[in-house]
Amino acid sequence: MAALAEVDYVVEVQSLSVRYANALALRCVSDAVQPGEWLGVIGANGAGKSTLLRALAHLVPYEGVVRIDGANAAPLSRRHFARLVAFVPQKPELPQQMRAIDYVVLGRTPHLGYFGVDGDHDRARCASLLERLGLGAKIERTLGTMSGGELQRLVLARALAQEAPVLLLDEPTSALDLGRRVEALELVDELRHERGLTVISALHDLTLAAQFATRLLLLHEGSVVATGSPAEVLDETALGHYFGARVQVLLSDGELIVIPRRRSERKP
Amino acid sequence: MNAVRSTSGPASAPAPVSAKKPIVIALVVLVAVVLLATAIGPADLSLGTVLNVLASHLPWWHPHSGVSAINQAIVWEIRLPRVVLGGLVGSMLAAGGASYQGVFRNPLADPYLLGVAAGAGLGATVAIISSSRSMYLLPAAAFVGGALAVTLTYLVGSRATSHSSGSSIVLAGVAIAAVFTALQTNLQQQHAADLQPVYSWMLGSLSVASWSDVGLILPYVLISAVVLLAHRRLLDVLRVGEEEAAALGVHPQRVRLAVVAAATLGTAAAVSVSGLIGFVGIIVPHVVRLTTNASYRVVLPVSMISGASFLILADLGARMLDAPGEVPLGVVTAFIGGPFFIFVLRSRRTHQGVL
Repeated sequence: MAALAEVDYVVEVQSLSVRYANALALRCVSDAVQPGEWLGVIGANGAGKSTLLRALAHLVPYEGVVRIDGANAAPLSRRHFARLVAFVPQKPELPQQMRAIDYVVLGRTPHLGYFGVDGDHDRARCASLLERLGLGAKIERTLGTMSGGELQRLVLARALAQEAPVLLLDEPTSALDLGRRVEALELVDELRHERGLTVISALHDLTLAAQFATRLLLLHEGSVVATGSPAEVLDETALGHYFGARVQVLLSDGELIVIPRRRSERKP
Repeated sequence: MNAVRSTSGPASAPAPVSAKKPIVIALVVLVAVVLLATAIGPADLSLGTVLNVLASHLPWWHPHSGVSAINQAIVWEIRLPRVVLGGLVGSMLAAGGASYQGVFRNPLADPYLLGVAAGAGLGATVAIISSSRSMYLLPAAAFVGGALAVTLTYLVGSRATSHSSGSSIVLAGVAIAAVFTALQTNLQQQHAADLQPVYSWMLGSLSVASWSDVGLILPYVLISAVVLLAHRRLLDVLRVGEEEAAALGVHPQRVRLAVVAAATLGTAAAVSVSGLIGFVGIIVPHVVRLTTNASYRVVLPVSMISGASFLILADLGARMLDAPGEVPLGVVTAFIGGPFFIFVLRSRRTHQGVL
């Protein structure tokens, strides 16, 4: 690949493999994500979605190369890396007694000195982030008193406080109800446009993945089996095969809807 | 989407976790406790006498105190060193407890869980048995034993799994403590003649405190306190767990190693002069957490100050409850600590998230 072309990708992955014990959880995954793209990683349970995200976040050892903004990410210090990539895990740890503002301020860690303490500037930024995410009135509340939807936005606020161009989300909406789920993804999409973020997220719900991601990556047993626009990847036969289920894909008002069906024709 | 509001004007910076007020309150309490504990004793002294003697030792002011030489000696040579030493020991045990609970994310972690006490006990026993002038060697031997035990705990615990998790280190601590305690008991049984000094040290006491003891542990106490306080924000980062701390650009293992080393240094120094005093590391940080913000920016400094107050009061109890005899200090803290331990367990069950 030409040197010039490399700069066009924010995140570039070459032959990425991850080994757990002796099993390969990720086999030779290669991809290049462009700035501002939202890559939705889909696949059945155990297909390697979380592993891919955790490898991209440098939380598990991997073989292969990950480039961020054209530079090999492996030799970067953790602190430096955290300024480029923010990671939101599937089940974030939420200290019940911590105040919302203090939780979001943790996101400033990569911008502070090792023994440094956040200043007025950091807290003001975090306060305006909370304001932006509709949590302005909850700044002093402790996490234990907040609802699931509020906590989801709070976790997002902490990731945004890192001011990293790349946002990794591992099943960001799995704990939310239907309404909060769409709301959270809308918010991510708004922020992606506002801040020019590159988003890579594992998504369970294929209909939502089709509506929000600009490109999908389908994993099966650790390998990439398809990538492209939602319309290209969400193919009834392929999904049926890789998810081991009968699936119907409908087109409604220009949006793809993926519906799981009973396997047999038996009526209840 | 109604959840998202546009920013209305520049947001002003919200107040940081405020440590000032709790620290000031804790300091006022400490000063009161120090004066009280210095005044109370078999020879009753007035607060005025205590203040007079203290003032006469200020480097830049030598008022004529008018206090008799014997009262001078009681305050300056007997009571005050004991109060100060108790304060240093209490502050290290409490800070050690708060720090261990933070890095291992286990509300019941305390200096004893990691084998510090068992190691120090073995060291002290070896010193008492092997030398007739053991009283001079005892602090150093206890220190070496405690540090050795924690090092072993750390090595075993961090080898146990690929990423050293909090629970595997605590389990290693229990195992190492069991081995050290067995060795210590065995030695003690073989040298029954020395049973008495070993036993009284194990129960914990400040009855022979002197300024030289204070001088002996002060450097370690200062180093430990400075290193722990420097990590107060990083301890808050660890509250979101190992993986998320790593994603925020922190090396959890490095933070843990530095904090465990500093906490152990302070604890081992404390235990070496005071003997085994349990539960301070659990009671004090938990009360601080219940009454203030749970941030380590508050919990660490306030635990240090309140730990000093707590142990000085406990030692006052040890001196006065059975006067003219003494109740072992470790017995006093255990009497308060046992029920408290159960309270922590119960409250932990009803609302998760003491940390």
